[in-house]
Amino acid sequence: MSNRFKSRYDDDINLFEGRWHLAQYAILMALLLAAPWLLGTYYLGELTAVLVWSLAGLGLMLISGHTGQVSLGHAAFMAIGAFTNLALMLRGWHFLPALLASAVTSGVIGAIISRPILRMSGIYLAIATLALSIIIEDVAIMAEPITGGVAGVFAPPIALFGMEIDRYATPEAFYYLCLAVLVLVTLGYLNLLRSASGRSFLAVRDSEVSARALGVNVARAKTLSFSLSCAITGLAGALYAHLAQAVNYESFLVLISITLLLQIVIGGLGSVHGAFFGAIVVVLLPQLIAIASDYLDNTAGIQIAAYPGLDTALFALLILLMVIYEPRGLYGVWFKVRTWLQLFPLYRKGMFRRTRTYLKTERQR
Amino acid sequence: MDILQLLVGGIANGCIYGLLALGFVLIYKASEAVNFAQGDMMMLGAFLGVTFINTSYADLPFLVGITLAALILGLFGYLLDRFVLRAIFGQPQFAMVILTIALGFLIRFVAGVIWGHDPTSLETPFIGRVWTLGELMIPVVDAVIIITTVALTSILYFFFARTRLGVAMQASSQNQMAAYYMGIPVKRINAIVWALSGVVAAIAGVMFAAKGAVEPSVGLLFGIKAFAAAVIGGLGSLPGALLGGLLVGIVEPFAGRYLPSGVGQIAPYVLMLLVLILRPGGLFAQISQKKV
Repeated sequence: MSNRFKSRYDDDINLFEGRWHLAQYAILMALLLAAPWLLGTYYLGELTAVLVWSLAGLGLMLISGHTGQVSLGHAAFMAIGAFTNLALMLRGWHFLPALLASAVTSGVIGAIISRPILRMSGIYLAIATLALSIIIEDVAIMAEPITGGVAGVFAPPIALFGMEIDRYATPEAFYYLCLAVLVLVTLGYLNLLRSASGRSFLAVRDSEVSARALGVNVARAKTLSFSLSCAITGLAGALYAHLAQAVNYESFLVLISITLLLQIVIGGLGSVHGAFFGAIVVVLLPQLIAIASDYLDNTAGIQIAAYPGLDTALFALLILLMVIYEPRGLYGVWFKVRTWLQLFPLYRKGMFRRTRTYLKTERQR
Repeated sequence: MDILQLLVGGIANGCIYGLLALGFVLIYKASEAVNFAQGDMMMLGAFLGVTFINTSYADLPFLVGITLAALILGLFGYLLDRFVLRAIFGQPQFAMVILTIALGFLIRFVAGVIWGHDPTSLETPFIGRVWTLGELMIPVVDAVIIITTVALTSILYFFFARTRLGVAMQASSQNQMAAYYMGIPVKRINAIVWALSGVVAAIAGVMFAAKGAVEPSVGLLFGIKAFAAAVIGGLGSLPGALLGGLLVGIVEPFAGRYLPSGVGQIAPYVLMLLVLILRPGGLFAQISQKKV
């Protein structure tokens, strides 16, 4: 790695650090655009799922990773987004306004909820949002005109630019739709992070007291972050509804909230990459296990399928190892590998040694 | 009479929530960590109780069985801290939350492999026996649960308030490094408190299985509800945990009876949100403003 010489202030906040950096993302984008030709229909569907869960992870990453407020209830906002979108589409709205409406609805509801809820912090916030997720589960059963009650609602096909987009009939079109939404949101997210608001989120995460001392309006920063985070998650929920084709209260159980948090932790809290890495693990791990179990069954005659819930258990084990050995998640691993490559052969072993820390009470704040 | 009957059932249920909440508070009081696997440890305790006491398994006397279950789960808690949790010693609270959530998933899977997924009940010596006071019927199980809970809460309360070990635990939770300087073996203290919470979880589990049926996935939601109870009471306060448990236990049947269907299940969470919004630290708040 050659040290780049910065000649303008903009160099610090540019989205891309230089031509090579830009080229890397251009290649990734080209690969993603070419995916329908490279992958079969099934794996294209899985890739679409990765995109949708990345979007949901991005939403949670904003509040938990970048503003430091742990939310264990974001499936609730996925549910709000999904049911808003479907209910409006079934009442004759077009897809795009309905999609926007689902983002706005979840964002507004998030903003309303955030004022009382964000007075709490740490573990209290986690349990309050968890409770929210559980409450929404039951609300989804009770609000039958909108959510279809226990049976749920089916997603109508999307009509967009004179095309009929359907997850099964035209998987490529649906994939491009998800990709477009995800890319737009990601660019917006990156821009937000380098704006004054985004910086104030990071300040609140690192220390509320010093952020306040520096003139950051902590309550406003938290509310804005939570509301934007809910809006993004609501978008993801709407896309998820079309991906799954049918949603009911069971699509957004509290377990989904927990998995979503685990997803961004495994990806790497506080990094945009982390949301994507985490989504890849969450979506592809069950596939990997299915393939491995087929293989073991055929070669060694070991039947893993006899143990239900094995994928969840392996996922949990992965989380366990990650928290113990690599708290910055897959992003941390990737970062180390990248540094190793860039510095080759000068990488030293102790470069990322963690400093010894001691727990201090969070009962004083 | 109807109301009284609901109340008795609610109090007994609430005591189980309270017992489990005690486990949360114990660990929080001593290491400021929150154990999201507490519900799953309770489930493990319930299954251990079933294994030792039921006639189709080991067929031991009730008291011997409950003691064995408590000892084994205590050992489990100790080993868990010694070999897994100590690896993230000193890291922020959040790491422990994630770690224990993952542990809960693993425990659930292992319990499913060992005991299967069918609901199982505990065979107690007082099964089906009822005391009648006028028109009021008090199942003996409920009475046993209430007495156990009250006794355990008072013992733990005096343990934390009066004994050297209890005070050392509180010190190590407030500032680990300062506790080190005062000569408190913080790591050993953590291990002891995890063992203790294992014992409490086993007792809660046996009581749970005596009153209802246990299956591997029961721990998650029950644990969350008990955690809500602990938060209502103000996380970190033992009497608060019991009070929170009782409130949750009592609110549930009444909301189920008198409010539209579906509200009963979410009533405890609504109660918790209300308490948290009005008093962000819970009823017996342990939070104070930081001085800069």
